[in-house]
Amino acid sequence: MRVHTFEKAFLWLGAVMLVAFGGALIFASVAMGIHLPGRAGLIDPQQLASTPPFDQPGVRQTGPNQYEAVVIGRVWMFEPSEIRVPAGSEVTFVVTTPDVIHGFEIEGTRINMMLIPGQISKNSYTFTRPGEHLLICHEYCGLNHHTMFGKVIVE
Amino acid sequence: MSNAIVQDPTGFELPESQRRLIRWTVYIGYFALVAGVVHGLAQALSYAGINILQYFPGLHSYYQGLTIHGVANALVLTFAFSNGFLPLLTARALGRRLNAGLLHATFWLLLVGVGLALWKLTTNQASVLYTAYAPLQAHWIYYLGLVLVVLSTYCAAANMFVALAGWRKEHRGERIPLLAFISVASYAMWLIASLGIATSFIGFLLPWSLGILERTDPLLNRTLFWFTGHAIVYAWLLPAYISWYALIPRQTGGRIVSDSLTRVVFILFLILSVPTGFHHQYTDPGITTTMKAMHAVLTFGVFYPSLATAFSVVAALEIAGRSNGGKGLLGWIRHLHWSDPSVTAQLLAMFTFVFGGITGLINASYTVNQVVHNTAWVPGHFHMTVGSAVAMTLMGVAYWLVPYLTGRGLWGRKLALAQSWIYAVGVLVMARGLISGGLEGMPRRTFMAMATYSRPGWKLAGAITGVGGTLMTIGALLFFVVLLGTIFAGRKGEGPKDIPFGFTLRPPATSGWELRLDRLGLWVVVAIVLVVIAYAPFAISYLPPHLVSRGFRLF
Repeated sequence: MRVHTFEKAFLWLGAVMLVAFGGALIFASVAMGIHLPGRAGLIDPQQLASTPPFDQPGVRQTGPNQYEAVVIGRVWMFEPSEIRVPAGSEVTFVVTTPDVIHGFEIEGTRINMMLIPGQISKNSYTFTRPGEHLLICHEYCGLNHHTMFGKVIVE
Repeated sequence: MSNAIVQDPTGFELPESQRRLIRWTVYIGYFALVAGVVHGLAQALSYAGINILQYFPGLHSYYQGLTIHGVANALVLTFAFSNGFLPLLTARALGRRLNAGLLHATFWLLLVGVGLALWKLTTNQASVLYTAYAPLQAHWIYYLGLVLVVLSTYCAAANMFVALAGWRKEHRGERIPLLAFISVASYAMWLIASLGIATSFIGFLLPWSLGILERTDPLLNRTLFWFTGHAIVYAWLLPAYISWYALIPRQTGGRIVSDSLTRVVFILFLILSVPTGFHHQYTDPGITTTMKAMHAVLTFGVFYPSLATAFSVVAALEIAGRSNGGKGLLGWIRHLHWSDPSVTAQLLAMFTFVFGGITGLINASYTVNQVVHNTAWVPGHFHMTVGSAVAMTLMGVAYWLVPYLTGRGLWGRKLALAQSWIYAVGVLVMARGLISGGLEGMPRRTFMAMATYSRPGWKLAGAITGVGGTLMTIGALLFFVVLLGTIFAGRKGEGPKDIPFGFTLRPPATSGWELRLDRLGLWVVVAIVLVVIAYAPFAISYLPPHLVSRGFRLF
């Protein structure tokens, strides 16, 4: 068995594979515009009721085919629990929590964020087809965590 | 220098007083495994839409059971095992006794820590899951218990360092025996990694739960947790790697392929395990995408030593299979001592880890993570790493370690073989269910049997999860039967007299660049520098802590 020849080949193959995967990820985030949530501001979780935009949760139009959905995740519900947007629109979700850590996953899309007290979570997604998506809290947030959900309806 | 990976291959016996402490330390881990899997069954069946919680008297909620499952199986099993196993290997490799005081401290801190945590878990005062994300707040005694568990790992590490320092003084200029080197390197990595969780628990969660600190910073606590939290999986995995690299070649009749490559792999883990934590926080707010991208690159880096391991370990197995008479491209696989349950459990562990590794790389893939983060995909992934690669290796090791430590022969060899196969099939089936459910958005950490929402696509995935989880539970309980059988009914005097340490193809180099590999202190410094580079930009731009959250007890 030529162990060292095989070993070299295997390790090179592995390195090339990892570089190729990394390249694909750079392509996805730079050329295709798929972004992760980043820093979108701090907030006092006790003062949501008096801090815009969270004083008025809901969906508003911000431009042609552009919407902003301001959502609060709290034990054990989303506010609003139903989000309606027209097909073809780009929706920016601006979300936070007044109590514990929650999840914010829109099933069937790549919107997937953590809600952490004191932080604002923000990411955008273009809904191309009409349909209904579950909005799920996917982080344990207490006794009735499994009852915390909402809906995103694309009309 | 000989080809043996220990100082003196002819023999070494640890005094019975020390063996007894090591024995009871690893027993804590194996008992925790069994205590934890019982609720695992309830979780798997919950995905299948079946609620069996009424059969768990005294359990207040699904999430209380889920917390116990995570703490017992991910934290107690792994660290109790390592606390016994790694000092034992170090002592054997160096041919030196351990420090009795540190051995006692390791055992008692672990026992008291686990006891305190268990007390608060069973009384539903700590149902915060094993990640303990603030601002869900557990009773302060729970945090104290886990701090004691961490301190017990420090005592075990100190014991190994003391032994190595003593050996070095007496063997100036000699290469560190390979088995000692990789054992010490593993816990050296854990020492650096543990600083995050130690800071979080001692600096924030303990004073906060005691009322000394009114509010805490949930994002900072989470970040400190994941500073430790990714490397912690390597702290669980490296003892399994040690067995695969250093012991399995001997158990299958093969040779360790390369002394130097083995050392390089463990050094890479030491350096690269910690500065990768943000890949668990890709979907978190408050952390810049630049930082996340940097940790993504480093995570791809730490995948590399695992690739090297895949080659070396399998190459050692092929050498074994061929020298046992195996022929052809894959014919050697049949000649790997499959009748030895210790070998079978670990070969199956390696097989499941292939899928664990692949799914792990997918998790780490930056933008792709948004598809799977916190869905059932994630437990699908980690049951093929810690839930099989680690758990099955720890069970496989038990099949020689418990006989070695008790002096009693293995009881129920055929049962042990069946156990491995049942568990392995179970874990693969369950992971298949969880992974497909996760891809359809099914959440993790959720009592699905009672959830108020559902998707048609989750039904089959959940059923597969339930079937697989049931098989796993049967496999794990059979392990417990074999364990108890060995402890109480194994034939006296039939335990192995020595640990199954391996031999390398060539002795370690005595000149050249390889000598630098042994400078553990240097590698620790490199590791710390890399950690600072990986976390300083976040710390500088984020601190001081945003103390915004009082505690919530919602369980």
